[in-house]
Amino acid sequence: MSTSADLPPDVRRIVVVGAGECGTHAAMALRDKGFAGEITLIGRESVHAYERPPLSKGALAVDELALVHPWTPEQLEQARIALRLGVEVTDIDLTAGTVTTSTGPQGAGEVVPWDRLLLALGSDPRRLEIDEVTYLRTHEDAEALRALLRSQGHLLVVGAGFIGLEIAAGARERGMDVTVVEAGPRALGRIVPEEVAAQVSALHDAHGVSLRVTTTVAGLRRDGDGLRATLSDGDELVVDAVVAGIGATPTTALAEAAGLVVDDGIVVDAALRTSDPRVFAAGDCASFPDARSGGRVRLESWRNAHDQAETAAASMLGQGKAHVAVPWFWSDQYDQMLSVAGLPGTGERSVLRHRDDGVLLHLGLDAQDRLVHAAAVGSGASVAKDIRVAEKLIAAAVPLDPTQLMDPGVPLRSILKAATA
Amino acid sequence: MSWTRVCEIDDVEEEDVIGVSVDGQDIAVYRDEDGGFHASEGHCTHERMLLCEGLVMDGIIECPKHNGRFRITDGKAMGAPVTVDLRTYPVKVEDGEVHVDLG
Repeated sequence: MSTSADLPPDVRRIVVVGAGECGTHAAMALRDKGFAGEITLIGRESVHAYERPPLSKGALAVDELALVHPWTPEQLEQARIALRLGVEVTDIDLTAGTVTTSTGPQGAGEVVPWDRLLLALGSDPRRLEIDEVTYLRTHEDAEALRALLRSQGHLLVVGAGFIGLEIAAGARERGMDVTVVEAGPRALGRIVPEEVAAQVSALHDAHGVSLRVTTTVAGLRRDGDGLRATLSDGDELVVDAVVAGIGATPTTALAEAAGLVVDDGIVVDAALRTSDPRVFAAGDCASFPDARSGGRVRLESWRNAHDQAETAAASMLGQGKAHVAVPWFWSDQYDQMLSVAGLPGTGERSVLRHRDDGVLLHLGLDAQDRLVHAAAVGSGASVAKDIRVAEKLIAAAVPLDPTQLMDPGVPLRSILKAATA
Repeated sequence: MSWTRVCEIDDVEEEDVIGVSVDGQDIAVYRDEDGGFHASEGHCTHERMLLCEGLVMDGIIECPKHNGRFRITDGKAMGAPVTVDLRTYPVKVEDGEVHVDLG
């Protein structure tokens, strides 16, 4: 923790737009880092920050949806964070240094001045150009989805990414028949290597999910109590509900209107600063330079939301350093965990490690045999531990011996110890 | 003292942790790199994650989710995001079996 003496004296008021996990974490981190000025946290949802990952995982299996809040209202109040929930920010004025909010449950719209502004606007589910489809982003979406799941009937899931497959697993566990259609040639094409994705597809197959790749929904219409879906291959399915998990688009309209540079996300530098030096962006909505690959990336993940909240808070207080956290993703499906560290597709060659307990680990190495990417599927504890070690190996960025990585008899942690000794 | 047998020593690899349940209570049982055993409450004090999915290295257990770190010998929280120490329990090893005293 720094003392307030280290903090820039011209920063007295900070506004955070977006009161999800990223924005709220950033607000709390500002206090942890010694900022004593005003913090206003503005969110369009009417509840304070809650964890989104359970919405497509555990929340589908239980009878009552209980939101997990990382911070209590009391904690936020004690940290003197002025919460404005259930309101939209309608305008950012970079010249005046203000944001304008819509009228909300707490009263009329207001103009809030800032010396530093953080945009943690999140992302919105990508939508199909057909009606009667359910999407998942907010807790309200989760309630609507839960209402569709029952112990019988047929659910059509569009998209075999993390969200689509998690929903498929949840619906199967509830007892529904599940068909998943995926436009690409395989499941998890964006983020998971082929070998690992094949194991995940086999898992769904074993649980009775019908996965149809290179298939899209061409049309959908009401048919009695159900829905009749026409697939791109001409087949027709009568289903009870359709849910789509086909990616998300960054929420950037506000930033664009304000004149900030936007290119598939709000463009920020390594310290998460936008094209205006007093304005920062973090989480799903931010397009940032990846420290390892040198490419520009935008990550929609729970861990990234928290990691970038820390970086942004430090940057706003002039304590900034480049954002170097290793990307990390996870998914729970049935009794298995799928986890990924690093950026997919950044390796030159790959190595497979088959553990005795059935865990498959895919390791991507660059031209110098440094680890840049790892993906694993299998029972939770082993996957979590291996991927955590892999994350440290990626951060260490030292050349490794591929034959050792391949050999499940050589513990990854001993490779890490040797690498960081 | 009230000792409960929780596992055999071979159930836990060196520098690793397993989760056990004693009367419905989740307990984490650790084995350090010198073969010593330790036990703590089963969840991270930060957000109730199961610690048995975490990584043990150099005498520290790292929560699998937020990477909160605790010393396995005495449960000491090693810094943000964790501020509350883990409750630890006395452990004894007899005839290849690990016993924990939950008090």
